[in-house]
Amino acid sequence: MYSQISSAVVSGLDIIPVTVETDMSDGLPQFTMVGYVSAQVREAEDRIRTAFRNSNIELPVKRVTINISPADIRKNGSFYDLPIALSLLASAGLIPPHSLDGVMAVGELSLSGNINSVRGALPVASAALSSGIRTLILPAANLAEARAIRRLSSVGIRTLNEAVGFLRHGKTAEDADCFTAAGPAAADTGDEDFSEVRGQQTARRAAEIAVSGFHNLILAGVPGAGKTMLAKRVPSILPSLTEKECLEISTIYSIAGLLDPAHPMIRRRPFRSPHHTASPQALAGGGQVPRPGEITLAHRGVLFLDELPEFSRKSLEILRQPLEEREIVISRASGCFRFPANFLLLAAMNHCPCGQFPDRNRCTCSPWDIRAYTARISKALMDRIDLWVECPAVSYADLLTDNKPAESSADIRLRVEAVRLREAERFRGTPFHFNSEIPPGSIRQFCEMDSEAEIRLSRMYDSCHLSARSCHRVLKVARTIADMDGSDVIHGIHIDEALTFRTPEKSPNEDDTGFRYQHITAWTDT
Amino acid sequence: MHVSQFSEEWNSIPDIRLITPDDPSWPGRMRPLSGMPKRLYYIGSLPRDDLPSVGIIGSRLCSPYGHKTAAEFGRILAQAGIQIISGMAVGVDGYAQEGALEARGLSFAVLGSGADVCYPHKNGHLYRRLCRQGGVLSELKPGTKPYGPYFAARNRIISALSDILLVVEAKMKSGTNITVDFALAQGKTVFAVPGRVGDHLSDGCNYLISQGAGIAYSPKAILDELKLPSFCSFEAACRMKEEAEKRLEKSVLEDPSLDPSCKAVFRELSEQDPLTADALSQKLNLPARVVLSSLTSLILSGYAEEPVRGKYTKASSPLYQ
Repeated sequence: MYSQISSAVVSGLDIIPVTVETDMSDGLPQFTMVGYVSAQVREAEDRIRTAFRNSNIELPVKRVTINISPADIRKNGSFYDLPIALSLLASAGLIPPHSLDGVMAVGELSLSGNINSVRGALPVASAALSSGIRTLILPAANLAEARAIRRLSSVGIRTLNEAVGFLRHGKTAEDADCFTAAGPAAADTGDEDFSEVRGQQTARRAAEIAVSGFHNLILAGVPGAGKTMLAKRVPSILPSLTEKECLEISTIYSIAGLLDPAHPMIRRRPFRSPHHTASPQALAGGGQVPRPGEITLAHRGVLFLDELPEFSRKSLEILRQPLEEREIVISRASGCFRFPANFLLLAAMNHCPCGQFPDRNRCTCSPWDIRAYTARISKALMDRIDLWVECPAVSYADLLTDNKPAESSADIRLRVEAVRLREAERFRGTPFHFNSEIPPGSIRQFCEMDSEAEIRLSRMYDSCHLSARSCHRVLKVARTIADMDGSDVIHGIHIDEALTFRTPEKSPNEDDTGFRYQHITAWTDT
Repeated sequence: MHVSQFSEEWNSIPDIRLITPDDPSWPGRMRPLSGMPKRLYYIGSLPRDDLPSVGIIGSRLCSPYGHKTAAEFGRILAQAGIQIISGMAVGVDGYAQEGALEARGLSFAVLGSGADVCYPHKNGHLYRRLCRQGGVLSELKPGTKPYGPYFAARNRIISALSDILLVVEAKMKSGTNITVDFALAQGKTVFAVPGRVGDHLSDGCNYLISQGAGIAYSPKAILDELKLPSFCSFEAACRMKEEAEKRLEKSVLEDPSLDPSCKAVFRELSEQDPLTADALSQKLNLPARVVLSSLTSLILSGYAEEPVRGKYTKASSPLYQ
């Protein structure tokens, strides 16, 4: 007898609905599985046989053929144990013949007949909804995730027998305890607060600008100045997420298996800080069937790279394309995978291996060491940094004698949210969220300057030899600064401030064109 | 610079020439000295015997102070018709020669590689100008790659070609000591630019002074030693510098395009010590954003400078005119 049930396959971050078909006929007892299934999926046979026996379900001795269609997509993972088992039951007549109509199932069986959790339940639920599925049967441990998709009826089950019970009588054991009240996770900011950062007025300002307009930021300076400390507090001032963004991030985390079962919807912007030994694949995403890497996990949040020059050049260079395109395309034999990667790059670095440069009294590095150190970050990557700020060593007065507490994260966040609202208003009807995303073609439209600002920018363009790209960057940062000021037009002071945060050009003598830069005796002035 | 102009500059480099001591144009300063090379390769010209020459050397990793001082001494001495001899290295050497070339004076570089090999590469702009406005010399065969010991050896030629050796900024343990030793052995006068006590980059210079080196408190000290006229007395120069500073301050305070916060920031800035925006904002009790935008206004108007990234000073007036 023939039966079928829906299931799903994960391809990158996409969920493709599939159909599991089972046919049971007379003939030599045999169990065949077709439909471009991987070894992982084939193992289901042994798990199902044993789980049936341990659940006291007896299968007729017949010839069984299973097909998972469409047959041109590689089936990987552990989604299929449950749908195969259910369609077998239907074919054997152990559950009503039409009970599987409009049902999608995912889940992994254990030998005891229990159902183990799977990765990616949230996007499966949303795919189920959009493909017109009536009921989604999935492991109880994943129920909270699936319930985030409210218009879909999801059923969590713990054992195979429970599934049979549900399909026969339409009831499960009470599902109260597996469904934890999944109220919005508190958007609180944790323990780390900006009020703990002493001094560093400039860097604090830069962090606020970066977060408000989602600009990439580099903190450079001597060790112990508080660069990392400041960076770790950036999550506490990040703007809140829209419902759409929440779903987007939660989907990524669901597929990566990083979702907290208690809080299936991610309500805070992610903050990822991979160690500097991270490989290119760890950052970009990799594997035979690629899984999202750090840059995708940082989507709509912050990717913090501490000790930036210590990352391998190869790892850093892969950031170039995602920083521009805001997504990464990974090509493998199994296909092309498109992962979103719209993140704020936050990095901290010293100027030389010993860290003390440009204090020549303390720095023990040779000019070559210093040049080699900074040269690890390519010009191309540097070109994509909007804000560059020097973090000087903190003065004693700031550190210990100043009793006046610095501004707290909550206060800063209020301002950040206000800017975010302005941005939302500005970009209504466009795909952009933040000022940093303004494409070159729309700069004029969104960055309106008064005449003084025009004059200043043009003067600086000539005297500092700004490139076209860095000029646009200055404008976008000035746009954010004007927003923080509550101004629709960019004034001279906004341009002035934005210019102090521009990325340093290479050392004046570095290039061999005979140009001399008058005002910037730049930072690699060796 | 336009590309064609750029390649023209490279193409116009004169051919390399060889000279031996039998030649009458062999530098006269080298004749009486022992340990001199038997041949010299050069591009451009050789230092003239009828003009005074000063060697300016110092640390490769120099501070903004060393940069400014080297360029200033190079410029003023070259204006007085003195040939500037150095090694075209990064740091003090290169800055002093840049200063000399800017003043349209003559400058000569003695290299630790073949005369046709531009090392360090990043001083290419300097190399090309030196080939036409002075010369590039080497005792090594054309095409020789730079190599550590060659640099120590070329230092004896730098000191030999100079009447006076001026050390601008040097640590206690520094390559300049080699040149100073050669200069003393060759009977040359050594001058050092004094630095602040406790500043490691000036320890070497201060120590040289304690050992009897001349004190280069101003380019005038060198001009006096060479019995060359200077434009004015040291007192007058100091007065002029002070006046220039006052003029600068006055023009800032009276500039209608600057707002009060710019003026307050300018008053806090120092002439020598670069200050961070954080320090300024703390001193003035102004928010960082105000200080930052004021600083850019000041820089754009030419009233302030950013000698090191993130640190600011007043625009400097020349040491000596």
